[in-house]
Amino acid sequence: MKVDPVLSVRGLQVSFAGAEGPVPAVRGVDLDVWPDEVLGIVGESGSGKSVTALAIAGLLAGNAQVRGSVFVDGQDVVRASPDELRRLRAERIGFIFQDPTTTLNPLMTVGRQVTEGQVAAGRLARGEAGARAAALLREVDIADPVGRAGQYPHQFSGGMRQRAVIAMAMAGRPRLIIADEPTTALDVTVQAQILSVLARRQAETGAAVILITHDLGVVAEVAHRVAVMYGGRVVETGPVRDIFRNPRHPYTAALLNSIPRLDRADSRLDPIPGQPPMPAELPSGCAFEPRCALGRGQLVCRASDPPLEPQGPAQRAACHFAGEAAAPVRAAARAAEPRPEPTAEPLLIVDDLRVHYPIRAGVLRRTVGHVRAVDGVSLSVRPGETVSLVGESGCGKTTTGRAVMGLVKTAGGRILFDGQALGGLGPAGWRKARRHMQYIFQDPYSSLNPVKPVGEVVAEPLRIHGVYEALGGARYVAGLFERVGLSPRVMERYPREFSGGQKQRIGIARALALQPRLLILDEPVAALDVSIQAQIVNLLQDLQQDLGLAYLFIAHDLSVVRHISDRVAVMYLGRIVEEGPKDAIYERPMHPYTQSLLSAVPTPDPDARRHRIVLEGEIPNPASPPTGCTFHPRCFRADERCAREAPAFVPVPGEATRAACHYPGPLAGAPAGEATSLEAAS
Amino acid sequence: MRLPRRILAFAGRLLSQPGPLASVLFLVGLALLAAFADRLGIDPLAQDIAASLEGPSAAHWFGTDELGRDIGARVIHGARTSLITAAGAVLIAGAVGVPIGLVAGFFGGWRDAALMRAVDVLMALPGILLAMALIAVIGRSQSAALVAVGITGIPSFARVTRAQVLSLRKRDFVTAVEAFGGTPGYNMFRTVLPNAWSPILVQVVVLSSVAILLEAALAFLGVGIPPPTPSWGEMLRTGKSYLHDAPHYAVLPGLVLTVTILAFDTLGRGMTRLLEDRDSGASGLKLEQASR
Repeated sequence: MKVDPVLSVRGLQVSFAGAEGPVPAVRGVDLDVWPDEVLGIVGESGSGKSVTALAIAGLLAGNAQVRGSVFVDGQDVVRASPDELRRLRAERIGFIFQDPTTTLNPLMTVGRQVTEGQVAAGRLARGEAGARAAALLREVDIADPVGRAGQYPHQFSGGMRQRAVIAMAMAGRPRLIIADEPTTALDVTVQAQILSVLARRQAETGAAVILITHDLGVVAEVAHRVAVMYGGRVVETGPVRDIFRNPRHPYTAALLNSIPRLDRADSRLDPIPGQPPMPAELPSGCAFEPRCALGRGQLVCRASDPPLEPQGPAQRAACHFAGEAAAPVRAAARAAEPRPEPTAEPLLIVDDLRVHYPIRAGVLRRTVGHVRAVDGVSLSVRPGETVSLVGESGCGKTTTGRAVMGLVKTAGGRILFDGQALGGLGPAGWRKARRHMQYIFQDPYSSLNPVKPVGEVVAEPLRIHGVYEALGGARYVAGLFERVGLSPRVMERYPREFSGGQKQRIGIARALALQPRLLILDEPVAALDVSIQAQIVNLLQDLQQDLGLAYLFIAHDLSVVRHISDRVAVMYLGRIVEEGPKDAIYERPMHPYTQSLLSAVPTPDPDARRHRIVLEGEIPNPASPPTGCTFHPRCFRADERCAREAPAFVPVPGEATRAACHYPGPLAGAPAGEATSLEAAS
Repeated sequence: MRLPRRILAFAGRLLSQPGPLASVLFLVGLALLAAFADRLGIDPLAQDIAASLEGPSAAHWFGTDELGRDIGARVIHGARTSLITAAGAVLIAGAVGVPIGLVAGFFGGWRDAALMRAVDVLMALPGILLAMALIAVIGRSQSAALVAVGITGIPSFARVTRAQVLSLRKRDFVTAVEAFGGTPGYNMFRTVLPNAWSPILVQVVVLSSVAILLEAALAFLGVGIPPPTPSWGEMLRTGKSYLHDAPHYAVLPGLVLTVTILAFDTLGRGMTRLLEDRDSGASGLKLEQASR
C-alpha cells in the first residue's frame, strides 16, 4: 500500500531565546505518521516532545525559532500564514491537552464548546451545532448527551471532561490528532476508560494519532509505532513490538529496565544514573553519553552526535553502538533483602481512624454535613516493614498519612506509636513523638524552604529539637548528604539550584536527620521523571535495609507499590477494602475493586493484552457516599444486598488477605496473575 | 543568615533598569542633602525682611519667602522633615501591621476574623481625618504627624502580609516544619516571614510616598509640624497666598515633592514587575511556559 503520510516532519529544529543565546529545545526531528496509525512519542521532561507537538500544530509562541519542514496533509505548517494555520487547525488537526480542567472554558456550556471551533470556521451552521454536539458527546460514551451538552464543565467529572475534550478534538473530523499526555491527570481506572474511547474513535475515523506520554505502559497498550525522544532528538523509532522486545538504543533499553513492573517482582531496579539534560546545557556529542552504560567516556560518543540510522527492517536508532545495545544492559542486582520477622511488635497501630471535614454552607457558615475523608481505617506497620496505602484520588490515603503525623484533626479512632497513644498528646508530647516519625512530601519543588541553603534545610529539624551540636553539627549534616547520594559540597546552595530528584534526596536527608523509626512517604516519586524514580526507589530500599526503617508508603502507582511493599492496603472512599501481603494482593486479589484497579494498569509489554475490567463511572463524592457497600454502583458483582448493608472488613476464608466485600473471591475466567488475550483485537 | 546575598542580587537587577536607577539616585541624593543640611552653610531660619519675596538671585538661587528666608535652604531642610516622617510612619505601620497580618494569616479562624475586622474599621476611616483627629488630641508636633501617618498605614501592611502568608501557609515546606516539630512561633517568624518579605518591601516603598504626601497635606491644611520648622506642605500653603506676587515661591517645593513621589512610585513599580517576573518563572527559562 502506497499511502501518503498525514504528517511528515523533516529536520525540525526549535529554539527559544534565552539569556545566553538561543536554547535548542528540538534539534532535528524527522517523523511520519500514516492514516489509521497511532505514533507514541515517549520522553522525559526536557526531551522536546511537547515542543515538537506544538510545532506540528503551529501553536508555538513568537519567541520560538522554527526551522525545517512540517507538512500536515500536504499543507506546510512552518511557512503558513496565520489565516492558513487557523483553517488547518479547524479542518485537519485535533489537539487533546493534558489537563481537561483547564482546557475547557468554565463559562460556556460543554455542548457549545465542543462545536465552537467548527462554527467559528464556518464549517457548521449555528442551528445544527446543538444536534452535532450531542452526537459528538454520544460518540465518546457520555450518557444522556443531549442533557449533558447544556451543562457547564464544573458539572462534569474529570474523566467526562476529558471525553468532552476528545469530542472537541474530533469535531472537525481531523486527519491528525495530537494528544499530549491525555491521561496523566486522571486516575488509573478513568485512564483505562479514556484510552479505550480514544482507541475506538481513532479506529472508527481512521485518523492518524500522535500520543505523547512518559508512561511506557500507555504506549505499549495503545501505540502502533514509537518514537523515543531524548535531549531534543528522536533517538530510536520503530514498531512498538520491536522497541519493547529489542531496543537498539541504550537509552530505550535502560528506560525499560529502570521502570518497576506490575507483572514482575524484581527486588532491585536498574536506574539510569544522572538526570535528563537541560536544553540549555546539552553535552557535546551524543546527549545521552554522560548517562550511558555503553558509551560513557567513549571518544566517538563525546565527539559526535550519531545520526538516526536503520537497524533492521523497520527500526532506526541514533547510536554509535546500536548493535550492542540490543542486550539489555543490566547492573549487578543486589541480593533480595531479608524480610523482617513477622512476629515483631507493630511500631505503628492505627485503629478505626476517622477524619471528617465539615461542609459549611449559607451566610452563617453553619455545618450542614461532613466529608468522611477517612472513615474507619485500621492498619499496622512493623519495624523494618513497608506497608503501602494505594487508591485513586480522593480515597483518603494522604489524609490518613497526615492524621498519623498529627497534621489534621481526627474525628475518632486511635493511633499508637511504639505502644504510646498519640491522640491525647499536648503540643510538647507531639514534638517528642515527631522525632521518631517523619514525613516525605510528594512535591519536592514545594517542600524545601526556598530562602534557606539546603544545608540549613537539613539541619533545621536538629536545631528545632536542640540536638544539632549533640549529634555532631555540620559533620553530621554532611554525613546525611552522603547517605542520600549527594556531595556535602552542595550544602551552601539554595533549593532552586537542584533538579527534582536531587530535591527529593534533600527531603529524604531532612527526614532522616532526627533518626526516625517510621517514615510516612506521600507519593515520593510521583512528581519525578521515569528514569529518576528508580534512583529514589532504590535509595529508599537501601535506607530501609541499613537503618531498619518502617515505611508507610502512600501511592497511586501500583507498579511502584508492588516493587517496594511488604504489605498492601487498598483504599476506596475513605475505607480499606482489601489488605494483605503484597504477593497475595497482586497475584490473587479478592475484592472486585482491587481486581479492576490491577487490570486497569497499562503494562509496558505490547504482547500482554490482558483481560481488562473497565469500571463504569467514577469515584462518588465522599460527601454523599452510596449506601451499603460504597463500591456497589461500580461493582460487577453487586446485588441488592450490597446496596443495603455495608460489608465487614474480615479475613477471606482460605486466603491470605482481608477484604470488605459480601462476595469476595478470585476473578472468574481469568486465572490469577496470568495474561489472557481477550482484548487482542484492539 | 545569608539573606543579604539574595537582597543584593535583587537590588542589582532592579538597578539595571533606568527608571528605578534614576529614582534611587534621586532619593539617595535627597537623603544625603537632608542628612548633611546643617553643614551646607545655609540657614533655613535666617530672616532678611528687606529681601522678602525676591526672585532667584546669586545669593538666593531659588529666591526668598515672605520673611526673606532662603527657599532652597528651606526645601532642603523640609526634605529632612518629610523623610523622617515617612521613615517613622512606615516603621510604625510595619511594626504593627506585619505581625497582625502574620498572625491572622497563619492561624486563621477567630484570630483572623477579629484582627482583620479591626483593620477594616481602621481602613474605613479616611486617613487624613484620622490624622487630624489624632493631632487635635495630642497637639501639633513632628512625632504627632509621624504617629498619625503611621497608624493610617497599618491596614495596608496587615493586608499585604496576610495575603502572602495565606498562600505560603499551604506550601509543603511550612507543613514540613510543623511535621518535624517546629512551634507555630518558629514557623511564623523563621519560615513564613522570610518568604514573605518581597511584597512587604514593595509596600514599604509605596507607603513612603503615601506618607510624604499625607504629611504634606497635613502641613498644607495647617495641622502638620508647627512653624518655623520648614516643611514642603507648609511652604506650599504659604506660597499659595503669594502666587500672584511671587510665583517662584511654590515652584521648588512643589517640584521636589512631585519628583520625590514619582521616584518612590517608579521604584515600587520596578520592584513589583521584577517580583512578578520572578514568581511567574520568566527569569529562569521554562520551555513549557515559553511555548504556550
